[in-house]
Amino acid sequence: MSNKGKYTNIGKRIPKLDAVDKATGKAVYPQDIKLSGMLYGKILWSEYPHAEILEIDTSEAEKLSGVKTVITARDMPPTKLGFAQDNPPLKGDKVRSLRDEVAAVAAVDEDTAARALELIKVKYKPLPPVFDPEEAMEDDAPQIHAEAKGNRNKLHYAFEYGEVDAAKAESDVVVKHRFKLGWVKHCCLAPYSCVAAWDGAGKLTMYSPTQVPFLYQRDLADILQILPSKIRVIQPKIGGAFGSKLDLYPNEVICAVLAKKAGHPVKLTYTRQEEFKCTPSRQPVIVDVEMGAKKDGTLIFRDAFVILDNGAYTSWGATIPYVLMNSITSLYRCKNIRFNTATIYTNNAYSGAMRGYGNPQGTFIVERMMDILAEKIGMDALELRLKNCNQPGEVTPQGFQVTTCGLRECLETVAKRLDWVHKRNKGKNQTGTIRRGVGLASFIHVGGGARVYRSDGCGAVVKMDDFGHVTLITGATDIGTGSETALAQITAEELGIRTEDVTVVNDDTAIKPWDVGIHASRTTFIAGNAARKAAAKIKANILKVASDLLDEPESDLEINDRRIFSKANPEKNMDIDKIIRRAHFREDGQTFTAEAFYDPPTQMQDKEYRGNISVSYGFGTQGAEVEVDTETGQVRVLKMVIAHDVGRALNPMLIEGQLEGGVSMGIGYALLEKLVVEKGEVKNPNFLDYKMPTVKDMPPIEIVLVETNDSAGPFGEKGCGEAGTIPTAAAIGNAVADALGFHMFELPMQPELVLNAIKAHKK
Amino acid sequence: MKNQIKLRVNGLDYEVYVKSNAILVDVLRDELGLTGTNKGCGTGECGACTIIMNGNAVNSCLVLATDADGAEIITIEGLARDGKLDALQQAFVDEGAVQCGFCIPGMILVAKDFLNKTPHPTEEDFQTAISGNLCRCTGYVKIVKAIKKVSESE
Repeated sequence: MSNKGKYTNIGKRIPKLDAVDKATGKAVYPQDIKLSGMLYGKILWSEYPHAEILEIDTSEAEKLSGVKTVITARDMPPTKLGFAQDNPPLKGDKVRSLRDEVAAVAAVDEDTAARALELIKVKYKPLPPVFDPEEAMEDDAPQIHAEAKGNRNKLHYAFEYGEVDAAKAESDVVVKHRFKLGWVKHCCLAPYSCVAAWDGAGKLTMYSPTQVPFLYQRDLADILQILPSKIRVIQPKIGGAFGSKLDLYPNEVICAVLAKKAGHPVKLTYTRQEEFKCTPSRQPVIVDVEMGAKKDGTLIFRDAFVILDNGAYTSWGATIPYVLMNSITSLYRCKNIRFNTATIYTNNAYSGAMRGYGNPQGTFIVERMMDILAEKIGMDALELRLKNCNQPGEVTPQGFQVTTCGLRECLETVAKRLDWVHKRNKGKNQTGTIRRGVGLASFIHVGGGARVYRSDGCGAVVKMDDFGHVTLITGATDIGTGSETALAQITAEELGIRTEDVTVVNDDTAIKPWDVGIHASRTTFIAGNAARKAAAKIKANILKVASDLLDEPESDLEINDRRIFSKANPEKNMDIDKIIRRAHFREDGQTFTAEAFYDPPTQMQDKEYRGNISVSYGFGTQGAEVEVDTETGQVRVLKMVIAHDVGRALNPMLIEGQLEGGVSMGIGYALLEKLVVEKGEVKNPNFLDYKMPTVKDMPPIEIVLVETNDSAGPFGEKGCGEAGTIPTAAAIGNAVADALGFHMFELPMQPELVLNAIKAHKK
Repeated sequence: MKNQIKLRVNGLDYEVYVKSNAILVDVLRDELGLTGTNKGCGTGECGACTIIMNGNAVNSCLVLATDADGAEIITIEGLARDGKLDALQQAFVDEGAVQCGFCIPGMILVAKDFLNKTPHPTEEDFQTAISGNLCRCTGYVKIVKAIKKVSESE
């Protein structure tokens, strides 16, 4: 922190590089793309949550004027999609949910495509459906996938550490509860849209909002049965992602096949209703959890069993227990852990990855239980957390090696700013209809990449031109978070130039080097290290040339604000662009381009879920003050205090933006958002009936950025893109319990839930 | 069956032929190529397609194109003058109010209309002004800050 003043770019509130384009309407999203001869695609969805398909008659649709192509499963390769490869892009023999794709059309405009869908006749033989994961586990439940006996998905996450049964006997206090957390949607403001275009030589260009362009390229090639090198992925501006574009989904495959068969480019854009019904959501969980402690507050054991409603197919989202487990095993120190899961197929729509990836669920459970434990012990809830606080040098039961850790400071900062001492535990003494309470919650999350794939790496190419300007070509995608700006700052700082001198190219797999994708709060950390590494190589070359030109030893030279000078003899100096030109326009001249790949020194977890998956871990605490109206059940958040360990704040303005946005998503999760699913059907597929936060739902937010300066990160940074969302619902849940003096175990805490709980408590 | 309508958009006169059921947002985007107006829901719930029509901010997805015949319209593309950003655009950029950006044109135009009509806004006025516009990225904090900044400098 002491060397803050020495930076030109790091730590500065520099606006997002693409903000002007976005504020002037010049930014191009997939829905804005119009190619010559482009047609419009639409998908026919299943009419039943579970049925055999007996016959699909597309003849009338094909005859409709303006319709170019109609496709069904017959037009698709026999391959399947998804993490468990159980999802055919178009369903031929059976449908398993109402979001199942049955046929698709390409036509001259969307209206014509929609009319054509109405002309497709599908004969179904309805099968008995099952929607409740616990019912689906029963012996006589309808079988959804023939190969998945008892509707059990093969994905299974079991972890054990220490002696849980013995620890239970040793505990002075044991608490046990069941939590139920439902579906919420990403609510990306841009409905999903993609464009497919094949060239004459059989190469496919996809304009896609994917978060994982290189995995997408490979998956799409596998399913289309073509070489990955035949696919180019261009990522226009992405109008919201939050994990929803972490998989290749059927819509993109359908778009590609429609375009191929039509011989025209095809654009396929969802309506908002489709966005609600036919895109993934956060994974719902039922968690039975038991925790124990000694009288002095020492945590003794945690035992959790998680039932996941997988829905009909398996996306990456089905792997969220991998992260949910982290909060159970590693948030606060606890030495005896048991964690187990059952992932169950149902006839509901399947879920996907969403910001925090199981951690908002896990943190809600751990942090609610911490408060309940504290109450049972008769100890202050803050004190219980401080007593068991994670600390630098610690190795968690899963083998996470904690290097930097500012959690204690985060806890203390939040408590102070929340006025914990005076405001906590006042719920019981309140008599009016409006009750106030405060609560806090912390989190641990990967902050230095996350090895969930063979490589957690990212490539970077840095090129300095004759004018001293730099192009950074990075594998890393920007989904609006501002990572591209942070990367430009890192590159500029390393090279001694200014952020405005850097152009970032990050949207085309034909140009950019490999990256695993934008997820797990990894981009600025991983891609930042890669960019810095490449920039350092150029810098070394420049200094070598400058040493000759200035006749000074390389070790004496420094670049600062676009100028190279000798530290010993500052009068010996030259503008960086001049040096580049001198080196370029001469006999045996040279240009300045370098590439680097950074893959962090981490471990893939073994079958027992042990391994250090991240180079560094992010920590933080959030505190909420709430007001509960006991007559209406309405909960209002009066204030949110945030203290997060971000390693180093490369761009405080962008970090605040991530945290504030994360809080709003967390407030939605805590209080407002509920995807109502009845018999597999989404009943509220619009923004009127599904209430995501508006400006009026937002409290004032105080943010403190704790800097622990992690040596593994670029200029000390640790990832924090998901952080704001993770502990928000837990903090609010704890504050509501503080206000009311009793506990609730479900989300969202909508007025109905709160009122019923109040009534039940009075009885 | 198509109807001819006249629109004056960002100071330019257009004559376009539209279907009777065409909605204004689609005409602006598909016929006029003004794709800065974003379509987030098509049912007036998200505000992303907000434009200023005859001096009022409206959801252009709720306006039949034929009903806009003769209208004077400002879209996000019409706000910057002579290459200089409108004060609101500049404030949104400088304050970090832009993330994915999809809601931003609507936010800026609704704010423009609000500031035009509200010389001395209260704290609550700022919130009410953008309460019909959804943003998933920012939590609205920096959006409100940007609008306030412009309000205070005017």
